[in-house]
Amino acid sequence: MKIIIPSQLLSYTRRVEVQVEGGTLAEVLASLDRQFPGLRFRIIDEQNEIRPHIRIFVNQETARSLEFTLRPEDEIRIIGAISGG
Amino acid sequence: MPGSTDLSPVTLLVATRKGGFLLRGSQPDGPWSLSDPIFLGATINHIVSDPRDSKTMLMAALTGHLGPTIFRSTDYGQTWKEASRPPAFPPASGEDEKGIVLRFTFWLTPGHASEPGVWYAGSCPPALWRSEDGGDTWEGVAGFNQNPMWREWTMGDEGGTPGGPTLHSIQIDPRSANHIYLATSPGGVFETTDRGATWQPLNKGILSFFLPVPEADYGHCTHALRLHPQNPDLLYQQNHCGIYRMVRQEGRWERVGKAMPEDIGDIGFPMVVHPRNPQTAYVFPMDATDVWSRTSPGGRPAVFRTDDGGQTWARQDAGFPREHGYFTVKRQAMNSDRQDPLGIYLGTTDGQVWGSRDEGRTWAKLADYLPEVLAVEAAVLPQ
Repeated sequence: MKIIIPSQLLSYTRRVEVQVEGGTLAEVLASLDRQFPGLRFRIIDEQNEIRPHIRIFVNQETARSLEFTLRPEDEIRIIGAISGG
Repeated sequence: MPGSTDLSPVTLLVATRKGGFLLRGSQPDGPWSLSDPIFLGATINHIVSDPRDSKTMLMAALTGHLGPTIFRSTDYGQTWKEASRPPAFPPASGEDEKGIVLRFTFWLTPGHASEPGVWYAGSCPPALWRSEDGGDTWEGVAGFNQNPMWREWTMGDEGGTPGGPTLHSIQIDPRSANHIYLATSPGGVFETTDRGATWQPLNKGILSFFLPVPEADYGHCTHALRLHPQNPDLLYQQNHCGIYRMVRQEGRWERVGKAMPEDIGDIGFPMVVHPRNPQTAYVFPMDATDVWSRTSPGGRPAVFRTDDGGQTWARQDAGFPREHGYFTVKRQAMNSDRQDPLGIYLGTTDGQVWGSRDEGRTWAKLADYLPEVLAVEAAVLPQ
């Protein structure tokens, strides 16, 4: 499935769209980190929580947990810095 | 600057709230040249060069809302690569336990000369980290981070100063890799003699007016701790409540800041020791009246120097503004090189870097218009 990378993380991926595999958000982010080591920790903390001000959308819906279930046709979008300023 | 001859070129590693910079000096009195920004936009808390190989540098970074990390360079700061496992707290062990999240790495220290590749880091929340592979992978030092007293000593992840409680000033005894001091704000000074397996507070003699028991074993606020490299049993600290000095065998801090001029006081953040003279140290006092403006007292910036272990202090302000100079210098933003005569450098929160190449007698502005300066380190790098 497709995942859209925000500008803050392009130093890892060098491209906006990345193809990833997985049935949950946790699996997709693990896939992403295998391709681009270190990226996951920048958006997910060591307690497996999405960092403050980072948002992850699956299609139109906000994913608030790494257990969020995904379908192959879903589009994931990581957004940096939604915090009101 | 007068008096400075035959000095090796010094590079200042300038960490700012919006990126890192290398400020290269030339000799004897030529201009300083500023590099392009490194990781522009990232909060860089510390950039440190490894004196054991002179080519490795580590950088503690926090980028916007992304998680904290460490970058490494092995070519004198020309290229940087992210640590493959930066400091991170262990996951919570049970459903009822709230895990701790690292906010940022604050301090970096190369390990003992006998341990090439070993580095230590301090963080917010206040924790100690060790790398055995030149800063690529990091582990928590369990003897401190998982000490049953950790929350009591440091307030853990629950409180602290507005910028966040930090562990900093990691000082390694040049005689033994097992003997390490560190400081936390809040918390105070702590010491290990077994390479971090066990720790003890080292705060006797410190009086903190804000504590219910002013001379408590811990809970103090050490702003900067320095061990003298040639006399490692001599410690200095700039504390929230004064300037202190300890002869380790005596085990008690003495408030030497009482000898500072009364209208200046002895509160500030940075502390620098002269690398060759154990009796010489430098501080940069701040206004700590009423609401603690944390600016230069009276709007007249000055370094104060002692040459007798703190019994007397002399003002050194030639070159600084004579009025309306409201500098603030953070705890990591003043440092020295190891040249003779000694060079001393400081960075301000309004983006200036100042330097003295004659042991503090005269000062000149080396750079301006930078972001808020958080740390300054001096290194001698190949040209």
